[in-house]
Amino acid sequence: MLLRNLGLLINATMTYTPPLLLAALGSCFSERSGVINIGIEGMMTIGAFVGAAAALTCGNPWIAFLVGGLAGALFGLLHAIACVSFQADQTISGTAINFLAPGLAVFLCKAIYDGSSDTPAVDISMKLPKVFDGIFPVGSFWDNVLSNYSVAYLSLLLVAVIWFVFYRTKFGMRLRAVGESPEACDTLGINVYRLRYTCVIISGFLSGLGGAYITLATVSQFRPIVIVGQGFMAIAAVIFGKFKPHGALLACLLFGFCNGVKVLATSSNTVSPNLISMIPYIVTILALVLFVGTARVPAANGKPFQKAK
Amino acid sequence: MSNTKDKTKNSFGAKVLHGNLLYTLISIAVGFLVGAILLQAAGISAGEAYGKLITGVFGKPKFIVWAIVYASPIILTGLSVAFSFQTGVFNIGAEGQYVVGTLAACIVGVFLKVPAIIHVPLCLIAAAVAGGIWSMIVAVLKVKRGINEVLSFIMFNWIAYYLSNYVVNIPAVHKEGGGEATKDILESAMMLVKSESLQDVLGSGASYNIFVAVIAAIVIAFILNRTTLGYKLKAVGFNRHAAEYGGINSNREIMTAMSISGALAGMGGACQLMGMGMRISQFSSQEGFGFQGITVALIGSTNPIGCIFAGLFYGAMKYGGTKLSLVNAPAEIVNIIMGTIVFFIAIAHVFKRLLLDHAGKKKAKSEGGTK
Repeated sequence: MLLRNLGLLINATMTYTPPLLLAALGSCFSERSGVINIGIEGMMTIGAFVGAAAALTCGNPWIAFLVGGLAGALFGLLHAIACVSFQADQTISGTAINFLAPGLAVFLCKAIYDGSSDTPAVDISMKLPKVFDGIFPVGSFWDNVLSNYSVAYLSLLLVAVIWFVFYRTKFGMRLRAVGESPEACDTLGINVYRLRYTCVIISGFLSGLGGAYITLATVSQFRPIVIVGQGFMAIAAVIFGKFKPHGALLACLLFGFCNGVKVLATSSNTVSPNLISMIPYIVTILALVLFVGTARVPAANGKPFQKAK
Repeated sequence: MSNTKDKTKNSFGAKVLHGNLLYTLISIAVGFLVGAILLQAAGISAGEAYGKLITGVFGKPKFIVWAIVYASPIILTGLSVAFSFQTGVFNIGAEGQYVVGTLAACIVGVFLKVPAIIHVPLCLIAAAVAGGIWSMIVAVLKVKRGINEVLSFIMFNWIAYYLSNYVVNIPAVHKEGGGEATKDILESAMMLVKSESLQDVLGSGASYNIFVAVIAAIVIAFILNRTTLGYKLKAVGFNRHAAEYGGINSNREIMTAMSISGALAGMGGACQLMGMGMRISQFSSQEGFGFQGITVALIGSTNPIGCIFAGLFYGAMKYGGTKLSLVNAPAEIVNIIMGTIVFFIAIAHVFKRLLLDHAGKKKAKSEGGTK
């Protein structure tokens, strides 16, 4: 019984973690290269809509998933143009994207689906698959642990890949260095602009994937409130995880776990669901005060870089 | 600007080129242009939609009044964000401070039985205190424990959100019979125009909440430009280390600034409740007043008086947007236009450099290249 409940809890955690995690990994790229990306929320929303619309059009969930990512990447590109080429204030540009992208998502939705702000439901055949579903007996511990959407497990794998990129490749070393001192990197012949462009576009792509996961897996429909602040939670997870991919993973698992507890606890209906819903946020603050402490922000974070002429 | 080569005009031209207003206006024009292109691409007549937007706001005096009533809370959240920017803090938590402000005003407004003359100020004070404390907790975490304020603001936004939904559902507060909302605030706490002859002209929704917003903006402008406190706050925002070297206790100033910023957002909540909402409904998603405040602060160039005009503009767009469905245009076009405006404001300095370079070259040419 205990094992089974544990399995249910892991299942719930694995359901709510991936969108946050994908977006948070994206945010890591951007922030570590020295570009604040507050527009993650908007990039997730456009990814969510485009993902759903693509699935409804072409019927293949994997293509739809990638197209959702590309929609996010497009807004990443926009953010990069403003922040890298035009040295704009990064917070302002990100705020703009948080109005533009969700506005565009609902606008397009209404234009395509006869004035409705929701897309039709994504049919189960067009949803992202659950690869390990049905291998273990229904309701058993392993069934609960492994029966989730396969993207959930891929996102965990992605953390390892990104950790490797960050700490074991030339590209990763350069991207971390550019976030600390772009001037020094520039004198060493690193193309700061190109690197930051790459990182901000990757952050948009991963955020778009995170958004598309929600419409193609958990909610299976686009609605204007489908993202509801998850982009901001992803940013919070990155700061919580001290701007490291594995730190972000732990933070996202904590948020996902609390969310899972919330959903399981609300179904039992003894305590006010609103009070339970506060738990993840209060736990975060307490964890910061008691254990985690200060996160050191990359030194060049938020500072536009202009190549010396 | 003009063909006359009058000296005063030249200096006026230079002022225009160096100030922010011209670039804000250009950004607004680009925003509407992008909106028009999208509307046309979606097969909706941009002329018709914008026409509706304009007549929807300016068509009748009571429409204008509604737009102003819509604007008042956003002016206050805009002021809140603008004030925090001046001190080098990004108040992304105005949303949460706004929510606890509405809560405090609602509780005082529902349960306290006093005459209007003290009821209204008491509600406003309660909201300001609640918003101020909400923000000050974040400030204390930042100053004493070094916790990133963006992170805690985001957490506190969500705590406020669920706190509000919790309070709405407490039996003593909940509206009797139907409706997921609180009881209405007492009439003595409503900021409505009560004179019937005025109501005939301005409409029954006329509220004087705009005066709270305008007075707050003037007070904030005064604090920033004419007081020692304002000087210290700006010094910290400009260069924290230099300010400390000059003997300013930057931690204390940041805590003061964040509390004032929170109080402003809280008052925004009270203005919305007492001038428009009259009760708090259960949220299904964040209301967005705090995030709209960020936009207002940016369009207003983080200047308190600028926030009044930017807020009125946003209020008009928001109110006009509610009428777009009458011509089958999605109201979201308003968000797209606002987003585009903010995006172009973010890169406005590029245009500024281009225009100034151009003006500089022209000048050099007319002076015969003596420069």
